[in-house]
Amino acid sequence: MADMIKKATRESYGEALVELADINDKVVVLDADLAEATKSGMFKKKCPERFFDCGIAEANLVGTAAGLATCGKIPFISSFAMFLAGRAFEQIRNSIGYPHMNVKVCATHAGISVGEDGATHQCNEDIALMRSIPGMTVISPSDHIEAKAAVKAAAEFEGPVYIRFGRVAAPVFNTNEDYQFEIGKGIQLRDGKDVTIVATGLMVYEAMMAAETLAEQGIDARVINIHTIKPIDRDIIIKAAKETGAILTVEEHSVIGGLGEAVAAVTAEEAPVRVVKIGLNDKFGYSGPALELLKMEGLCAENIAAKAKALAESK
Amino acid sequence: MNEATKKELMITACKIRMGIIEGVFNAKSGHPGGSLSMTDILTYLYFKEMNVDPKNPKWEDRDRFVLSKGHCAPALYSALAHKGFFPVEELKTLRKIGSRLQGHPDMKGTPGVDMTSGSLGQGVSAAGGMALAAKIDNKDYRVYAYLGDGEIEEGQVWEAAMFAAHKKLDNLCVIVDFNGLQIDGAITEVNSPCPIPEKYEAFGFNVITIDAHDFDQIEAAFEQAKTVKGKPTAIIAVSTKGKGVSYMLNKASWHGTAPNKEQYDIAMAELNAELAALEE
Repeated sequence: MADMIKKATRESYGEALVELADINDKVVVLDADLAEATKSGMFKKKCPERFFDCGIAEANLVGTAAGLATCGKIPFISSFAMFLAGRAFEQIRNSIGYPHMNVKVCATHAGISVGEDGATHQCNEDIALMRSIPGMTVISPSDHIEAKAAVKAAAEFEGPVYIRFGRVAAPVFNTNEDYQFEIGKGIQLRDGKDVTIVATGLMVYEAMMAAETLAEQGIDARVINIHTIKPIDRDIIIKAAKETGAILTVEEHSVIGGLGEAVAAVTAEEAPVRVVKIGLNDKFGYSGPALELLKMEGLCAENIAAKAKALAESK
Repeated sequence: MNEATKKELMITACKIRMGIIEGVFNAKSGHPGGSLSMTDILTYLYFKEMNVDPKNPKWEDRDRFVLSKGHCAPALYSALAHKGFFPVEELKTLRKIGSRLQGHPDMKGTPGVDMTSGSLGQGVSAAGGMALAAKIDNKDYRVYAYLGDGEIEEGQVWEAAMFAAHKKLDNLCVIVDFNGLQIDGAITEVNSPCPIPEKYEAFGFNVITIDAHDFDQIEAAFEQAKTVKGKPTAIIAVSTKGKGVSYMLNKASWHGTAPNKEQYDIAMAELNAELAALEE
C-alpha cells in the first residue's frame, strides 16, 4: 500500500465541479476569496460565466446562494469549513435550511489536518453544527473517488447538502472509477465479528489499516464507512452492534455532536452496546504538520487498533 | 400620478392597514409599528409597480419581493391577501397553530412570499441572488428588498450592498424604511446607522430619498430606479412608524406590541373614518 496514490478531497471537489459544468447548466459556483484553496477555481477556469466570487463575506455568500436557488439554480458554495459551517451557521440555518433550498454547502479544510494554520482555521465542529439543522444532509467522503461521486450525487439530489472536504492529500483506496454514491448508505468495507470500527472521512483508510493490524493479532474487526452522517444508515449500525457487540467510532472532528454521537444515538435506542469514540476531546487544535497532528490526537491506525483491541477484549 | 390612481392606492393602503391591525389583534402579538410605516410603498409595489400573478405565485418571470425586515410580515400578508393570493379573512389566523401565516415570512407555506425571512440582515443577500439569476438568464424581472433602518446595523446588509454594486445589479432596488425607531429606542440613540443615503452612495448605489407616504414621490422614485443602468438603487423612505393609527405614531413601544380590544376598536374606527373620507 506504500505506493498508493494520494489526493486531497478538495481536489476531487474541483474536478467534480468541472465535470458538472458540462452536464448540468443549472450549476453555479460561489466562493469567498478562497477559490484557489477550495479548488472551486477549477470551475472558474472552465466556466467563468457561472462562477461568482463573493469576496470575504460568507454571510452574503450564503444568502446570495439562497436567492439563486429560488430561481432554479443549483448553487455550490465553498469556503473553509470554519467560515461556512462556523461563521455562517445562522445564515445556513435560516436562509438555506428552513426554506429547504437546493444549495450545496461544500466546505474544505475541515478538521485538524488543516495543519499549520492552527486552531482558528481547524473546524472540528462543522458536522455537529450542520447535522443539527432539520432536513440538512451531511456528507463526509473518505477519499478522492468517493468525494467526486458525492459531489455528483449532491447535484442530482433535491435539497440542502453539506459536504466536508480535507486539505491534506489522502490515500485513494477506492478503486472503482464508476463508483456510484448512495446518499445515506453506509458501506461495510470489511466483515468481522469481534468489534466494529465505524469511521468517516480521512479516518476510513486508517480504520482499514487498523483492521489489518488487528487481524494479525487475532482480532476480527468489521469496518464500516459512514460517508453520510445524516441521514445515518441505521440498519448497518444496528446490525453491527448486534453481530459484533461493540463499536469504536473514529472521526477527525470533535467527539461532541459528530459521528460518534450519531452512532451512539442509534445503538442506545435500538441495540445498546459499548460505543467508544475517537476524535477531538473537547479541545481546540494547534499548529503543526497535518499528519503529526493527526497522530498526536490519536487519529491514526495505531491508536485505532489499540482502542479497538481493548474494546474487543472488554466484552 | 393622476388623482384617481392616487385615490385608489390610498384606499387600498387603508384596507391593508386594517388587515395589519386585524392580524396583529387576533394574534395578540406581532409588529404593527413598522408594518404601518411601510404600507404605502408596499401598496404601490403590489398594486402599481410589480409584475406578479396571484393565480401563479411561482411564475418564473415575475418581479420578486423580499421582506428583509421580516417581522413586518403582517403588512406583507395583508398586501398579498388584498392582491388575491389568499383570502383576506385568513389574516385573522396570523401566528396561530396550523396557519399559513407564520410569525415571520415562510416561502414554503404562504402563496406569494418569495423568500423566507425574519432573521434581520439576510434579505438583500437573497434578493441579490435573485437579481443575479435574472442576469445569468437574461430575464428582465426586477427584485425589491425592504429593509428596516434599525436592521441596517447588521453587517451582512453591507456585505450585500458591496456585492450588488460590484456585480452591477441594476435590477435590484432596496428600500430602507427610515422611521427612526428600533426596539430599544431611536436609531440615533441605540447604534446610529446614519447618515444612510451617504452610506449607500459610498457603496455605489443610485440613491433616492423620499417621503414614504407621498405616492407622487414613491412613483417618481421607482420610475427613476428603472432608468438607471449599471448600479442598484436604494430608496431611503422617510416614514412615520405607526402611520395611520394616531396613538401608535412615532412610538417605539408599538414596534412589537399588539393592541388590546379597546385599542383595536380605536384603530379600526380611525382607519374606517379615513376610508370613508377617501371613498366619498
